[in-house]
Amino acid sequence: MGQSLTIRNLNAWYGDNQTLKGINMEIPANQVTAIIGPSGCGKSTFVRCINRMHDTVPGARAAGEILLDGENIYAKDPVELRRTVGMVFQKPNPFPAMSIYDNVVAGLKLNGLRNKQKLRAAAEKSLRMAALWDEVNERLNYSGMSLSGGQQQRLCIARALAVEPSVLLMDEPASALDPIATLRIEELILELKKDYTIVIVTHNMQQAARIADSTAFFLNGELIEHGPTSEIFMNPKEKRTEDYITGRFG
Amino acid sequence: MSSRLRKYRNALMLGIFTLCTLLALIPLFGVLGYVVKNGISALNLEFFTSLPQPMGVAGGGMANAIVGTLILIAIAGVLGIPTGILAAIYLTEYDRVSWLSTLVRFTTDVLTGIPSIIIGIVVYTTLVMKTGNFSAFAGGVALAIIMVPLVIRSTEEMLKLVPQTIREAGYALGIPRWRTILRIVLPTAAKGILTGAMLAVARAAGETAPLLFTALGNQYWAHSLNEPIAALPLQIYQYATSPYKDWHRQAWAGSLVLIFLVIILSFVARLAFRNRKNF
Repeated sequence: MGQSLTIRNLNAWYGDNQTLKGINMEIPANQVTAIIGPSGCGKSTFVRCINRMHDTVPGARAAGEILLDGENIYAKDPVELRRTVGMVFQKPNPFPAMSIYDNVVAGLKLNGLRNKQKLRAAAEKSLRMAALWDEVNERLNYSGMSLSGGQQQRLCIARALAVEPSVLLMDEPASALDPIATLRIEELILELKKDYTIVIVTHNMQQAARIADSTAFFLNGELIEHGPTSEIFMNPKEKRTEDYITGRFG
Repeated sequence: MSSRLRKYRNALMLGIFTLCTLLALIPLFGVLGYVVKNGISALNLEFFTSLPQPMGVAGGGMANAIVGTLILIAIAGVLGIPTGILAAIYLTEYDRVSWLSTLVRFTTDVLTGIPSIIIGIVVYTTLVMKTGNFSAFAGGVALAIIMVPLVIRSTEEMLKLVPQTIREAGYALGIPRWRTILRIVLPTAAKGILTGAMLAVARAAGETAPLLFTALGNQYWAHSLNEPIAALPLQIYQYATSPYKDWHRQAWAGSLVLIFLVIILSFVARLAFRNRKNF
């Protein structure tokens, strides 16, 4: 099941450059929350804070609280945290030296699971959830790089799902894909929200409108507005949100 | 500029490039052809199976030198390749900027350029004189010192080519950093790292100077790593500078074997890493 997130006064820096300023936000469980905003507004940094990937960049730091079902993630071990909060990246990034099968079970295998039957079962389950099983089940030994871009991204989703997280972060997961592959990913996201809390960064406002239950608009490191997607798009409270939505900037 | 002039210049430049490529190939094929031509006649089963004959006696072979070279590069490889690869991991994955990595990089560059005979002298004074005897082990250490900077530099370049998103994908799965590096980053760069290591092995296999006063050479079989051991380059050197026709022929044959040894080694290493589909 998905877990909820509560963000309190989150600030983040790259060196001296502050990229997030006092973010407060509620992300409900088992919903799709879209983060929109122009380039450089801090939306990627925001999701990268949720699994503490932000901390891995030299010179980067963050302050504030992020509560995962009430527990502060900054009190947890970041490596443990990332098994609960999974991530899918902008460009499909399967491990080049691994087969399709090894890619899917990498998170389990490299964390010590040896049981072949369990691995096998987890691989099939994750690939089915990622709607990729039917396309690859006869060539699981092939390199992950042999797949098309859209298939590779679904492979990366399957890989993230295999470690059974409760939250799935997606940083523009469809921006490198063609429209058909994008559509498949979007359908998949709608399927997945039954079991996961999904936070998706997107450049594409139509995409946010199609799949997100709620949408948050970021600008210059600040959260300008967050509400039900229909409200943000039809009836934004903030002038700046309206300007962005209607294409006056960004 | 008229388009005829442009085409003319284009053709001229292409001509110059082609000519230079051919010029570069002449010595390459020249050396190879010369060695094959001179060496092949002395190659026979005896060359591979028997020990060198006493001075002036015809026949004999370089069996001990062939095995000796294999042993020496095995010692050097076991010592030098892991050290080089792990040091390169430190430099690229853990610490790209501190004074320590700057120092290591600088030393590595200097070490690559140091004449190999100096490394031989250093190993002689520190290892051979301390232990009191020339040995296969000392020779292996000298060759390892030659290999380490080469392995560090090539591995570093290969690891830098692995996209950062591959590492992040590992971290994002809750895989610890060290394991991400060893099980995901390293295999991704494996082919290139291996090629670099093989070049280092090839370089070490051909070195003569650092072996002169470490491994020393041996007319017989060495029975332990603590004894002087024969090596192809040493044997070639000794035979080529001798006054005997038969030894000259054997020196050519030894050169040919040395070249093929290196080629076979890198071929086998490549083959071992090729068993993946659709790559």
